[in-house]
Amino acid sequence: MTAVLDQPAGERPAQSAPKKPTPWAAPPRPVWEEEPSRAGLASKGLVLGIACLAILFPLWVVIVTSLQSKKTIDEAGGLVVVPKGITFVAYQELLSGGQVQRAALVSIGVTVVGTLFSMAVSVLSAYGLSRSGSLGHRWILMTLLATMFFGAGLIPTYLLVQALGLTDTYLALILPSAVSVFNILVLRSFFMGISQELIDSARIDGAGDWRILWKIVMPLSRAVLAVIALFYAVGYWSAWFNASIYLTDQDMMPLQNVMIQLVQKQERPVGLTAQINTGQLSPLAIQMAVMVMALLPVAVLSPFVQKHFKKGMLTGAVKG
Amino acid sequence: MSHSTVPRSAAEAETPAKTPAGSGGAAGPRSRFQSWFRFRFRFRDRKRSGNSGKLSLRLRFRRDRTLLLMVLPAVLLILVFNYIPILGNVVAFQEYDPYLSENGFSAIFQSPWVGFEQFERIFADSGFWHAVQNTFVLFFLQLVLFFPVPILLALLINSVVRPRVRAVAQAVMYLPHFFSWVLVVTVFMQIFGGAGIIAQTLRRHGYEGFDLMTNPEIFKYLVTAETIWKDAGWGIIVFLAALSSVSNDLYEAAAMDGAGRWRRMWHITLPALRPVIALLLVLRVGDALTVGFEQLLLQRQAVGVDASDVLDTYVWWNGIRNQDFSYAAAAGLIKGVVGLALVLTANKVAHLMGEQGVYKK
Repeated sequence: MTAVLDQPAGERPAQSAPKKPTPWAAPPRPVWEEEPSRAGLASKGLVLGIACLAILFPLWVVIVTSLQSKKTIDEAGGLVVVPKGITFVAYQELLSGGQVQRAALVSIGVTVVGTLFSMAVSVLSAYGLSRSGSLGHRWILMTLLATMFFGAGLIPTYLLVQALGLTDTYLALILPSAVSVFNILVLRSFFMGISQELIDSARIDGAGDWRILWKIVMPLSRAVLAVIALFYAVGYWSAWFNASIYLTDQDMMPLQNVMIQLVQKQERPVGLTAQINTGQLSPLAIQMAVMVMALLPVAVLSPFVQKHFKKGMLTGAVKG
Repeated sequence: MSHSTVPRSAAEAETPAKTPAGSGGAAGPRSRFQSWFRFRFRFRDRKRSGNSGKLSLRLRFRRDRTLLLMVLPAVLLILVFNYIPILGNVVAFQEYDPYLSENGFSAIFQSPWVGFEQFERIFADSGFWHAVQNTFVLFFLQLVLFFPVPILLALLINSVVRPRVRAVAQAVMYLPHFFSWVLVVTVFMQIFGGAGIIAQTLRRHGYEGFDLMTNPEIFKYLVTAETIWKDAGWGIIVFLAALSSVSNDLYEAAAMDGAGRWRRMWHITLPALRPVIALLLVLRVGDALTVGFEQLLLQRQAVGVDASDVLDTYVWWNGIRNQDFSYAAAAGLIKGVVGLALVLTANKVAHLMGEQGVYKK
């Protein structure tokens, strides 16, 4: 059912097409449209190619260098563009214990717990605010909206987190940024678009609000839930600033903060220095491997959700 | 926006005429028991119409308590982490000393009041004005260099008709948006830094290497380039959504009237984008004082304070690093108040120009 709903009418393949076109080929043009000029096609392709290359080339260099032996890296005099063989030494080293492995586990833990928490809070409140006419929902909505216009500022928030005793706990990385009002609004406007008849019929069958949310609203909103979950997860995965001001224990630092130390400040990773000094491992490969570990999860996950991104945008005004 | 709050179903609210007041149940004003009965049997969304305005607050609370319970965690989090800190801004008018009390927050009540002294200190500080200047320079640079890029890219992608090419190009362009600033800055280091791939290739061929990452002169362009690399692709989405809603009939009719490719873009495509462009401009101007806090903080050491200090990093430096909380809170408060004024003004201008802005009038 959702598959049908998800497909906008305009994007369905033309019925009159003689045979199914392959995804790479151009669909038939409407008769009124001019044939594209050769130069036009070429320049379009060129600009698109350059744009994609500007994004992919740096990533290519980082990934390739992380997979090279010390010998290849020394021969190239640093970063490697053309790979010569592949070795996973850097990853083996990083994942065999020590600072980076611990940081990666911390990041994964904070991301998973934080995303689940944020999603639970956001979905519940979005549904609670989406039934028009419910008691006080306009006031609550205004209370949430107001925070989008006036930020409290860094210092009072910092003082509050300290006063609550959250410093040096992982709660300091989750709670202060757990709810995004914007995400709640996106979810809410999506929930409001769900057919009222469906909800009514469930209610007549005796379902309460919890069951309606769980059995009807959430299954119908899988796409937007996936997008919002991705937004939250990326937020937690990428965050480093809160850790830098609220955590003092170096052993608690998440991956992004360790990446700052290792790659930006060129420090040697704790526990691995021996291998680097004895010349078996290039420090550059280690640095690049840390970067790959930071970019891989998002690079792998985001394309799966890509076709739904549009739903994560707040389209239309906030409805009362 | 402003229908009666009592019928909870949207369908009900929009079509009050179809259900005459009495048809849902017994005619005439209902007794409390009847309302209660209806509530218990969950008929609340449909049949109640005319007389439901007379439901007492207590009954409405009982009816909606599940919904209120669901909203509670989010409201609590927002109150604690957004509203209490707003009150915490009072330290800007104090000489706040966290060690006056065991708890940093109750120390607020014991710190001496100094009125506007902190603000006077800030306005006398040339570092503050330097940060303000950097903020505005970066804002205008991003407005001029960054803002048009997603529009142009969206027009380009929109003109690509092959579905697979389109999907792949979009996937690649969206990707950097999901990278952290730490990653983006380190990636730029690998390309343009002193040990980066360009400097390295130059050196191997006997030329002088260079390091763009530590050059304060061109730092503002570097920051803008990083922003474009990270977020220009992501910005396409909103415009593509607007473009996909343009009816093909318009293009066909224009083509019948002899409009060529470019005239169709000028007279159909661009007007379709106008409201989106206006909205994004309003948002950007309203957020003018926020120009990449994390991004600049990460590069502060490499390029120096003079080139990279903006309002946000100024607050961070004075408050978190130098522990001069009252001073930094005052600077943050200035930013918050000016930011609020900017949002409201930008909206006002949008309304005057006939666009919708962030909120309706």
